[in-house]
Amino acid sequence: MAGTRFTRDQLTLVALKNMPIVLLVTVFVAFSLLDHRFFDAQTLVNIARQASYVGILAVGMTFVLLTAGIDLSVGAVAYLSAVLVSELLKETPLPLFALPVLMAGIGLLAGLVNGALISFARITPFIVTLAAMGLYRGYALGESQSREANFPAGITDLGNLGIFGVPLPIVIFALVVIVAQVVLSKTAYGRQLYAVGQDPEAATRAGIPTRRIIVSVYVIGGVLAGLAAFVSVIQMGTIVPSFGTGDEFDAIAAAVLGGASLFGGRGTVFPGTVAGTLLVQMIAVGMVFTQVDLYLTPMISAAVIFAAVLLDTARTRQLAKISKRSIRVEIPVPV
Amino acid sequence: MTAPELAPPRLVFDGISKGFFGVPVLRDISFSVNPGQVVGLVGENGAGKSTLMNILGGVLTPDAGTMRLDGEPHAPSTPVAAGRAGVVFVHQELNLFPNLSIQDNLFITDFPRTFLPTFISTRKAGQQASQLLARVGLQRDPRTTVDLLSPGERQQLEIAKSLSGEPRLVIFDEPTTSLTSRETTRLFDLIRSLVADGTAVIYVSHILGDVLDLSDHVVILRDGALVDEGPRQKFTIDSMISKMVGRDLARLYPEKTAHPGDEIVLDVAGLSEPGTIQDVSFQVRAGEVVGVFGLMGAGRSEMARIVFGLDPHSGGSVKVLGVDRPKASPRSRINAGMGFVTEDRRNEGLLMDSSVTRNIGLAVLPRFASRLKLVLNGPLRTACLDAGRRLSLKSSRPDKQPVRALSGGNQQKAVIAKWLLTQAKVLILDEPTRGIDVGAKHEVYKVIDELAASQAGILLISSELPELMGTCDRILVMRRGELVAHFSPDQFDETAILGAAFGQGATPGSPSTPVAVASGHEEMH
Repeated sequence: MAGTRFTRDQLTLVALKNMPIVLLVTVFVAFSLLDHRFFDAQTLVNIARQASYVGILAVGMTFVLLTAGIDLSVGAVAYLSAVLVSELLKETPLPLFALPVLMAGIGLLAGLVNGALISFARITPFIVTLAAMGLYRGYALGESQSREANFPAGITDLGNLGIFGVPLPIVIFALVVIVAQVVLSKTAYGRQLYAVGQDPEAATRAGIPTRRIIVSVYVIGGVLAGLAAFVSVIQMGTIVPSFGTGDEFDAIAAAVLGGASLFGGRGTVFPGTVAGTLLVQMIAVGMVFTQVDLYLTPMISAAVIFAAVLLDTARTRQLAKISKRSIRVEIPVPV
Repeated sequence: MTAPELAPPRLVFDGISKGFFGVPVLRDISFSVNPGQVVGLVGENGAGKSTLMNILGGVLTPDAGTMRLDGEPHAPSTPVAAGRAGVVFVHQELNLFPNLSIQDNLFITDFPRTFLPTFISTRKAGQQASQLLARVGLQRDPRTTVDLLSPGERQQLEIAKSLSGEPRLVIFDEPTTSLTSRETTRLFDLIRSLVADGTAVIYVSHILGDVLDLSDHVVILRDGALVDEGPRQKFTIDSMISKMVGRDLARLYPEKTAHPGDEIVLDVAGLSEPGTIQDVSFQVRAGEVVGVFGLMGAGRSEMARIVFGLDPHSGGSVKVLGVDRPKASPRSRINAGMGFVTEDRRNEGLLMDSSVTRNIGLAVLPRFASRLKLVLNGPLRTACLDAGRRLSLKSSRPDKQPVRALSGGNQQKAVIAKWLLTQAKVLILDEPTRGIDVGAKHEVYKVIDELAASQAGILLISSELPELMGTCDRILVMRRGELVAHFSPDQFDETAILGAAFGQGATPGSPSTPVAVASGHEEMH
């Protein structure tokens, strides 16, 4: 029997690994009990629609976290790509499908700069992306003269467009999730990404192109930041100068709450980060439903981030405990 | 060298030499390994086995000499290159990614693909993994993540990984350290089936009975030189041990001036931590130098870390100067009068880029603080320079020179000076002479004697038996996390002590029992 072969430590680990799903269900049940209107399919659709912007950022963040990196610039990159495309639209009319491509392309370039500095100039991700955050936002604010960035009036129609009844933002989010999860679990690149995050030295020794992989995650983070900006544009129609500020933290919270480790090597896009994103959004919506004091809301959000990191630390400790080298081995040989 | 035969040997070492920081570690090593042959490589800790295998595996490059693999020159610059040439290394420390599944670990750089080459085929990977797992006898679903495997299972996986590329030569470095007896038997069957297919195997182990069981040919290293080789029939466990020992003790060890007093400064009773050490009890008196010997992985450093409060323990007690603190931390131990010179001075013992005086003063800052808790730099500096001088630490500008720029011996003196300042009454020295030259070693021995003469109790952990015999008042022997024997000076005998460490003969309570010629295999339990 497989069950008898697990020690208590290993069972704790399995429990910690499935914590995101458990939390998601618990929180949903809790809010439903507090307010029965919450227990409704439409509520879930609303949560998902509102979650798609941060969700796409969080998917990119998951790739970065898997390599034990961090990207603080994604909010600024999202803002930059929206502003630059809006400025371009003033000069020349563009077909609608070009918008997401251009925004993602701007994100790609921004991510490439981050990745190259981190991987080849060997500067700490935290510092590189912190500097990049200021740089990109400053440049974008200059371009927009700190005014709202406008888009053609019809663009919000896209946001309301439903494909088989599913709103377009959710469709884009779902596609991003599917592609990302397939890349992570079904390509050599994806599996090697986990190896690099676990132990870059050992990965290099095994012949994995560690540096290229590290550049790539920041590129992916940038591309998805641009795409997230597009999702936001089609929902809101305009972009305010504060757009994206602090969103990197929501993305990090969502990914970590979903099981991505800040120490690298652990996490999934589906179910992990998706569950984490929905959880963050569900708590936000739930607080509106249950009319939590407005001043209390940011404190609760902060508590959620704190809980996420606490969970990650507990998980990492448990792992370290299990893999500690054992000199005296007293494992009963299974018969 | 070798007589021309029909086929060239699988591997030839020809005059391999290697030194670190001017200290020769390997001297002119030449021997060969034939296809379908198991060569057992034995020697004491530090005899050069690992260095030689690292050269073969592409981790290190030799200073002189060449290697030939199937007649072709073999000079790998990286482990990956060695692997491509067909030389694979089953490491003592495992090179696995615990966050990934068994099959991911097996194929991380060479996944089987689906009909669309972009995607990996988890199904094919699973099938191929199952076959490899069956070969090593690991009964696990290939999709299990490695962090759920026991150490023994991880070892089996590591071996399975090395087999995936159809290797020409497999190096096993202490593969049985974390295996149960059943797993060991399975490993030996596997090695025999490997050589039956024509693979060559180099088997490095401290378990001499295993080496005799398994090898066709035995090579013995001592102090970096090949001292004997020949077919298995030529050797017994005793004759191997006697070839491995017998170093020149010469005048390396200073005259002992310290005499153990009566006061017990360190009293360790029944110390246990599952998976690490089991029921370790001993005492150290003031002015006494107690040696701890054991093979690599016997649990000596782990025991020291627990005694110093760096790692937790689940049972037993540690009394420093008669005081027991159940919740021990290094801080409380230092306050109680203990000092710890770590095995890894570069990473754990020193701030490499800080100055010599800064390093020496590190553990006594509170004592040199003014009433406002600001450090009084003048008196501190004087005290640091004083401590350095007592150990004849050579530094051109102790206030400016970073310890990185010091020689290994002087770095070690800086670490010891740090504990000299705390006036530690109990000092644990873990491999204090590792990687330093003979002259500096001599000075470290003098320092140890002086410390003991000033009534400090010293626990000296070393892999070099002659060093312990030359400096200690008593020697304790650890094996597999247990204290298995202790020897007083009149019982100091290299063969007997080494025998106890290898698990041949000597048992606790009867340390003077001569070495029994056991097959050694039962000792694996």
